Amino acid sequence: MKTITSLAAAVAAAVLLAGCATPALRGSGDLGVVIERASGSVQVVDNSQRRSLAHISGLGDLSHASLVYSRDARYVYVFGRDGGLSKIDILSGKLVARVMQAGNSIGGAISTDGRIVAAQNYTPGGVKLFDADSLALLADIPALDEHGQPSKVVGLADLPGNRFAFSLFEAGEIWLLDAANPRAPLVTKYKNVGRQPYDGLASSDGRYYIAGLYGEDGLALLDNWHPQAGVRRILPGYGQGQDKQPVYKMPHLRGWSLAGDYAFLPAVGHNSVLVADSRSWQQVAQVPVYGQPVFVMAEPSGRRVWVNFAFPHNDTVQVIDVPSMQVIKTLQPGRAILHMEFTARGDAVWLSSRDDDKLVVIDTQSFATVGELPATSPSGIFFSWRAARMGM
Amino acid sequence: MKPPAVSLLRLSLKCALLLICSGVLFYESAHAEPLAAPAPARAAELRHLLRQDCGACHGMTLQGGLGSPLTAQALAGKPADSLVATLLDGRPGTPMPPWRPFISEDEARWLIRQLQQGEAP
Repeated sequence: MKTITSLAAAVAAAVLLAGCATPALRGSGDLGVVIERASGSVQVVDNSQRRSLAHISGLGDLSHASLVYSRDARYVYVFGRDGGLSKIDILSGKLVARVMQAGNSIGGAISTDGRIVAAQNYTPGGVKLFDADSLALLADIPALDEHGQPSKVVGLADLPGNRFAFSLFEAGEIWLLDAANPRAPLVTKYKNVGRQPYDGLASSDGRYYIAGLYGEDGLALLDNWHPQAGVRRILPGYGQGQDKQPVYKMPHLRGWSLAGDYAFLPAVGHNSVLVADSRSWQQVAQVPVYGQPVFVMAEPSGRRVWVNFAFPHNDTVQVIDVPSMQVIKTLQPGRAILHMEFTARGDAVWLSSRDDDKLVVIDTQSFATVGELPATSPSGIFFSWRAARMGM
Repeated sequence: MKPPAVSLLRLSLKCALLLICSGVLFYESAHAEPLAAPAPARAAELRHLLRQDCGACHGMTLQGGLGSPLTAQALAGKPADSLVATLLDGRPGTPMPPWRPFISEDEARWLIRQLQQGEAP
């Protein structure tokens, strides 16, 4: 009996030791990374178990940070406001590389082949390309207009064939960047696309690039199947002559705006969500909502669309039913809801409540809150399904 | 008796200058007088508003973003009155919105003072 006990103890000790030496194997398909904007840190979360796995700090100024995934969904590249670009191994929870690449940065994208990380910068305005393994600089593309004036770069998105699209806020241009040779990328410029593009998105098939305009009603659309046809205006004059209300937070655009037959887009300066037919690009509805939309995100099924709002309406989230184009649910999950992220198949949505220092997990079928996790001043939530999706 | 007249003129000129100077000084000191800081709870709210909501465009550290930087260096030499006006009523043609619905004129003046002195709350 004694022998058996000591044998069991030895086995247990060996298992423990082995456990210490090599962490249990796991996939990364249900992991995510949450930006903690005030403390320069991120959390790695597990969206199946709804728990936090790791906390990584020392990432600089992460107010308005975003990130993209490596194509193996093991690493994330975090673009900090202060120009820091950090590469994190989400399985080990370790920072593996970091460079200061600009004075003031806003986001980035990763190439089709996963080898190039592109950063979009405000100061100095432009795009820089980096080797995804080493973060070595490959190319620097300043965003200068024909008069040599710099622009802030917004709405950088990846397109098929190692290409990227982005917009120039001041110049009102859309640039296509062909990075087939990442050390000598080729630029195609589309001028006069509209006043003050504030963000952009690429559809998940990479066909369309759309820039939202702040300076006028409407959006600028580039069809990458017919790039020679140029950029055209969609949803012009959606404000219908009504006075534009002040905008206390710029809306954000990404590929989740397009689902099924529709594009769901924030109206700038109006409390409404614009719905366009994604074939004809004609407006089919304008859904009145509680405040000025910031994120307008279709569930992965495309059946419903979730909307959060700018200050001072940022304690509220609304859900639009797509067949009826009506708001069917109004939720108040926490103070200052800055971001939402669906799980890969949309069974749950995670929301960041900046002022309540928490993440809220809501069941998308019942709208019940099924979990909460502490997080310090959380903003962006990024789940690993993004690794396999264009425009993310 | 010419010299005394000249010196009298000089004296009166000096006096006038002194008066003007002291007037200017008085005027300036009236404006430079530290504005009463808002009550602590309100100051905390304003700090939060500045860092988080102004910070959405200007950066949490006020180094700028889509909006221009709000550091003391960036605001140096800019007239406080026009900065206060921009804060309260926005800036047409740019995304800067009016914050008058959320902050009073005194609070705006206090915020601008703090920002220009590099003592952002």
